[in-house]
Amino acid sequence: MEAVKCDGLIKNFGKDGRKVSAVDRVSFSVSRNEVFGIVGPNGSGKSTLIRILSTLLIPDAGSARVFGHDVVREYGKVRRVINRVSVDAAFFKGISAWENLRYAARLYGMAKGDAKMRSREILAKLGFAEKRMYEPLEDLSRGMQQKVAIARAFFTAPMLLLLDEPTTGLDPRSKLDVQEYIREAMQREVGDLTIILTTHDMNEAEALCDRVAIIIDGRFVTLGSPSELLAEYDKSALEEVFLEVTGRKWKEIEDEV
Amino acid sequence: MRYRSQTYGSIAFVERNFALVRRYIGWEAVFVSYNVVNALAIGLIGARMGKDMIVYLVVGAMVWGFLSILFHEISESIAWERWEGTIEYTFMAPISRFIHLIGNCLWAVVYGVIRSSLILAIVVLFFGISIKGANLPGLFVILIVSGLSFVGLGLVAAVLPLLSTEKGAYATHILEAALLLVSGVYYEIEVLPVWIRPLSYVSPATYTLRAMRAALLDGAGFDELMPIILLLLVTGLLLVPLGMLIFSKAEHYAKKKGKLKRSG
Repeated sequence: MEAVKCDGLIKNFGKDGRKVSAVDRVSFSVSRNEVFGIVGPNGSGKSTLIRILSTLLIPDAGSARVFGHDVVREYGKVRRVINRVSVDAAFFKGISAWENLRYAARLYGMAKGDAKMRSREILAKLGFAEKRMYEPLEDLSRGMQQKVAIARAFFTAPMLLLLDEPTTGLDPRSKLDVQEYIREAMQREVGDLTIILTTHDMNEAEALCDRVAIIIDGRFVTLGSPSELLAEYDKSALEEVFLEVTGRKWKEIEDEV
Repeated sequence: MRYRSQTYGSIAFVERNFALVRRYIGWEAVFVSYNVVNALAIGLIGARMGKDMIVYLVVGAMVWGFLSILFHEISESIAWERWEGTIEYTFMAPISRFIHLIGNCLWAVVYGVIRSSLILAIVVLFFGISIKGANLPGLFVILIVSGLSFVGLGLVAAVLPLLSTEKGAYATHILEAALLLVSGVYYEIEVLPVWIRPLSYVSPATYTLRAMRAALLDGAGFDELMPIILLLLVTGLLLVPLGMLIFSKAEHYAKKKGKLKRSG
C-alpha cells in the first residue's frame, strides 16, 4: 500500500467573483519511506495540496488517501498518522516553546515526560539551546521558532510528515540544521517515515527528495527522480529544469494569448 | 512512546489557557478591574433604593460578567487560534472536536466562576452588604449549571470568529448583549415590550438571574431552587449538542471554503 495516493484532485476557490483553480486534476502516489518533493512558484497550489492531505481542506473532486484512509471520510484515522510543518511557525507566541510543545503533546495523547524527553532530544540536534525552551516564543528568532515547529512535528512520531516550505526564510546555518535533521530522521526511521516536502529551493529538493514534482497553476507538469528530470531536460541542476519547465509554461500562455 | 486516551486531551486546553492567563496576568488584572468597576457603578445606581436593590443590580452585572467570560474564552479562543495560525494544528490533531471544545468550555466555566466570585466578594465589601442569610452554595450551583447552557450558546457564537477572524469575535458581543436584554439583566422582564417577552421565556439567562437573586436576596434553599436547576440542566443538555452540531457544520463549511488558514 502506498503512503499517499491522490486521484484527480481538484480544488477551486472563488475570488472576486471568479473561479481560481488551486489544484487541477492532480494525481500521484508516494511510496512508504519516500521523500517526495513538490516545487513550484508562489500560489502554484503546493500548500493547498498539503492542506488537503492534512484534512484541513475538502477537495471539490477526486480523492486523496493516506495509508489507505480517505482524507475526507476517514479524517480521524489520517490525523493519527500525520503531522505538518508550515511555512509560518504557528504558535501561541506569548507562551514558551515548552508550553506550546506540551500543548501539542497533550493533543496527541503523549505522556508529558516522553514529550519533554523527545523535544529536548530533537531540539538539541537542531542546535537549539535547552534553556531557551522556557522563554516566550515571541522572544525567539524566526529560525528558532521554526526549529520548535520541526520538533513539534517530529516528536509525535508521524508516519507521514508534511513539510510545507520548512526552511523558507531561515538563515543558511538553520537551513542546514533542518535539512540535516530531515536526512538523519529518514535514515533512523527507515520504513516508518514518509515525507512530502514543498520548497522553493531546488538545491534542497535535489538533496533531500527521492522524487520531485513541479507544480504550476495547480497542475503537475513533470514528475521524476532528480536524476531522471536532469536527464529528461538535459540539464545539470534541478533549478535549470525548473526554469525550463516554468519558461515553457509561460511560452504556452503567451502563445494562447 | 506512551500514549493516553483522547479524553486526556481536554486538559491541553485548560493547561494552555492557564499558561496564557499567567503570561498576560497584568492584562487579566485590568479586565477583572473593569468588571469590578462596572459592577460597582451598576450597584451605585441602586444605592438610594436600599441594599436589596444593590444586590438585585449586582447580580445582573455578575451574570453579564460571567457570560462575557464564557463567550470570550470560547469564541475568542477560536479567534485567537485563527489569528496565531495555530487553529490548523489544533484542527488536524487526532482529537475529536467534542473533546477540543469541552476542554475550552471547562476552562471557561472554571475561570468564569472564579472571576464572578471575586467580583461578588469585592461588591459585598464595598457596599458593606450582609450575605449571612444568602444561599451561597445554591448561588454557585446555579452559576455552574447555567454555564452549561451558556456554553451551548457560546459554541454557536464561536462559529462567527471561525468564519471571520477580524469581525467575528466582536459580533459575539451582540449576541451576548441581546441575550441579556431579553432576560431582565437589571429589571424584571415584565417591563419589556410584550412582543419581546416570548424570547425572555426561552432564554436560560432569565432563569439564571431569577434563581441567583432568589438565592442571594431571599436565601432560597435548594428545594426552592431545584425546579430552576433542573430546567437549566435540561436546557444545557439540549444546547451543548446543538452548539456542537452548528460548530461542526461551520467547520465543514470552513474546510470547504479554505477559511481555516491564516495565509499561504
